[in-house]
Amino acid sequence: MLCTFASVKKELKINMPTTLEENLATLEIAQTLGLLEEEFEQIKKILDRTPNFTEISIFSVMWSEHCCYKNSIKWLKTLPREGEKMLVGAGEENAGLVDVGEGRACCFKIESHNHPSAIEPYQGAATGVGGINRDIFTMGARPIAQLNSLRFGDITRERTKWHIKGVVKGIGDYGNAFGIPVVGGEVFFDKCYNTNPLVNAMSVGMMEAGDIISAIAEGPGNLVYIVGSSTGKDGIHGATFASGDITEESASDLPSVQVGDPFQEKLLMEATQELLGISGLVGMQDMGAAGITCSTLEMSDKGECGMKIYLDKVPTRQTDMKPYEILLSESQERMLVVVERGSEEEIIAVFEKWDLNCVEIGEVTDTKRVEYYMNGELVADVPAWDLVLGGGAPVYDREQKEPAYVAEASNFSIDSVTEPADLKAVADFMLQHQNIASKRWVIEQYDSMVGTANMGTNAESDAAVVNLKDSDTALLLSTDCNSRYVKADPRVGGMIAVTEGARNVTCSGGKPLAITNCLNFGNPYNPEVYWQFVGAVTGMGEACRKFDTPVTGGNVSFYNQTSIGGTEEAVHPTPVIGMLGLLESKSDRLLLEFNDIGDKIYLLGPSKNDISSSEYLYSYHGVENSPVPYFDLDEDYNTQQTLAKLNQNKLIQSAHDVADGGLYITLLESCFANEVGFEISTDATIRKDAFLFGESQGRIVVSVKAENESKFIESLGETDTPFALLGSVTKRDIKIDDVNFGTIIDLKNKYNTALGNLLA
Amino acid sequence: MKFGVVIFPGSNCDEDMIYTLASTMGQEVVRLWHKENDLQGCDCIVLPGGFSYGDYLRSGAIARFSPIMTEVIEHANEGGYVFGVCNGFQVLCESGLLPGALLHNNNQQFICKNIYLRSATSKTLLTATIDPLDVLKIPIAHGEGRYYADQATLDKIQERDQVLFRYCDESGEINREANPNGSLENIAGICNEKRNVFGMMPHPERASDSALGNLDGKKLFESLLELQTA
Repeated sequence: MLCTFASVKKELKINMPTTLEENLATLEIAQTLGLLEEEFEQIKKILDRTPNFTEISIFSVMWSEHCCYKNSIKWLKTLPREGEKMLVGAGEENAGLVDVGEGRACCFKIESHNHPSAIEPYQGAATGVGGINRDIFTMGARPIAQLNSLRFGDITRERTKWHIKGVVKGIGDYGNAFGIPVVGGEVFFDKCYNTNPLVNAMSVGMMEAGDIISAIAEGPGNLVYIVGSSTGKDGIHGATFASGDITEESASDLPSVQVGDPFQEKLLMEATQELLGISGLVGMQDMGAAGITCSTLEMSDKGECGMKIYLDKVPTRQTDMKPYEILLSESQERMLVVVERGSEEEIIAVFEKWDLNCVEIGEVTDTKRVEYYMNGELVADVPAWDLVLGGGAPVYDREQKEPAYVAEASNFSIDSVTEPADLKAVADFMLQHQNIASKRWVIEQYDSMVGTANMGTNAESDAAVVNLKDSDTALLLSTDCNSRYVKADPRVGGMIAVTEGARNVTCSGGKPLAITNCLNFGNPYNPEVYWQFVGAVTGMGEACRKFDTPVTGGNVSFYNQTSIGGTEEAVHPTPVIGMLGLLESKSDRLLLEFNDIGDKIYLLGPSKNDISSSEYLYSYHGVENSPVPYFDLDEDYNTQQTLAKLNQNKLIQSAHDVADGGLYITLLESCFANEVGFEISTDATIRKDAFLFGESQGRIVVSVKAENESKFIESLGETDTPFALLGSVTKRDIKIDDVNFGTIIDLKNKYNTALGNLLA
Repeated sequence: MKFGVVIFPGSNCDEDMIYTLASTMGQEVVRLWHKENDLQGCDCIVLPGGFSYGDYLRSGAIARFSPIMTEVIEHANEGGYVFGVCNGFQVLCESGLLPGALLHNNNQQFICKNIYLRSATSKTLLTATIDPLDVLKIPIAHGEGRYYADQATLDKIQERDQVLFRYCDESGEINREANPNGSLENIAGICNEKRNVFGMMPHPERASDSALGNLDGKKLFESLLELQTA
């Protein structure tokens, strides 16, 4: 079981060491802090002595999954991480950096804050937003857009309502005050997330290509400053907390949750922007997981140097903080800055202007060790390289085992499900299902428009479209993952998450450039979970290679599962893909809305007699275990290329990809903006429910002006892309095979209000 | 017209306002830092949206004590133009330049969406060229935007034609359903008695760029400039 530091102290009756020789750690202490026996032995070898309590604390957080990715890095390294547009490699800096032309670079990353949000939704989500934005602006970029990907439990449970209300308010209150718009994201409900919701936040920033601030310490004698908020006892051992299962006792870990202050964050961002022109700035890093410990060690290692840090100089909120508390605090809105000796005045002046703490706490050395002092005594002395990811931190491969449900699912046949007689009732059910209905109850609590660059406010595309002012280009952004597909087949599900992101970009008129990912899984020591993890990473890698979208970085969150009464239940494997694309010319932009009555509606991509893993099968029929939907990577890629070509030749009016809820929902969504209807015929060779609600992959609905129809068909004839005429855009009624499914106004109202009603 | 945009440390719509005034409207704009004491000869001072000093106490409650606000209050008292949007409107009410207050939205949530409004008077610079029947689509983004004043103040405001804008529905109907936050009398913006200080919750600067597909907000800036140059 996981313990907080307070409880460790109490149970083991530890007196805090004030010198290196005092209160040496024991195996028992190491294990209580989450370290393995072999790791404890390795630590003793590294130090050539037994660590004291402060040092073992340092190792326990730095070698936690959260900081060093020890159970995942082996597989993450198989992902494609090179590309001509990549300006820094994955893992080299706090976030990825991609060339978007005209001398500009886009810096973006997604990160999880699942465990804190599970027990304190409001602060957990708020500080998740703070942390990811800090990663972006610490590199010198100015955040211009945020997205988030949220997973909650069964919507009828009170705890789920508490989770979603807290998380949404937390994201809103922090992001709205900080002043960066939320331009996109996802919200999904499934009972597998009952105890353990997933809160993944993505931030996207822009900078001049040469302006990057590196997270490096260099030049012995240079000065080390801590800037921003004072250090308090909040969040101590947050990294270890995030590296253990959520249990029934997790509420006692409340002190592991940090508290956010968006106003401080805003000041830090503005000050950082002003540092860009100052030559005496050597490097800077955000203090996230493991606070001062992680930032001092990682910056030292990157510059192959060391540091002396005087912990008593750190501004603290409480007067009696112990060395380990100062070292491990995850108080928010703090950064470590390395400054050339002699340039400090200029840098201090910037922080003074913004009324921020800026306190010298140490200096750079050439020892490759970080030595921490308290009131003149050396309290910890550790080598930088051995502690960090990419250095001497442990790397493990874990046992894998295919779960039994996979074989069971392969026995599923559509013939075992009777087609409902009243498909209109199914359509109404689907439209108002929490996973399908409009997320406006959530979205309207976020400031989506600050920055006056969100081009989706008055006209929607599949991806979020963020205007780059004074340029003809715009960023295209999307977060995607259908975790039921990933559960059904991790490799194919991982591929689908990538190609859906790419499809959203293509359907908006642009080109996919690169991805960031947030890999949310259960306990890696569970072989079935590890099998899911390896499969998903493998599939993502294959799809990223196909689409030439390298992985710029991201985050792994294991232990998303609940131990109740001795059994472990993992969440669905949820590898969320944050896709970055570029709209090279605003005139290329595609909207998802149907425009004019009489326009023809076509489907690109194959129609299949397939309802596997669809929301329809899962929620309407209650069949929870079925295979992944039809998917063909090459075919999906080719269909997207075809769409891009049709758009270049100006042959289509709109494009919208077929996703959750199937073709019916896709068509309706295209009708809402202009309140038009449609009239279509189904395909006699395919079951009607599969045609309307199946989720077979790689399909796009387009609308075509009657006068362009022959050219459109001719152009498609030059490709291998399957296509079919569905029908046409009409005035206001929804008609399928001459059956009236309702008027658009009525259906739109149901779609818009369903989620709010369910949460009321 | 020379504009000065006040920048409090927690302002976050300052650059949007500057972009609109300078790039879209082609006006001279200077940035006025909250610690300064000089309005640099500006004709119109703009208080942008945001969270001035974090606003943990009450929106705009601390901003009124900043050095720049002393100057802004003097400028207003001498008849100079002052325009507050969203948090700027809250600061103007807190500092007494405009009557009334802005309370938490009646649903207790932050709301960001397009809403509709209509001008309620033509007798101010900000609304002079706007047809009162014209329905403007302009977004709101606030947690504390419910306009409130005691009955006597409210009566006075209405008698003296100080209401600038009222929330309405898409067809122009001013009714309860169209009121996004519970503001008294659907009030979205007001001016002072001398008609030189304007405050509104909706963000016209967010509806002034053709790239965003909505230019209804630009009409306010056009009105502000047209009469001045006439």
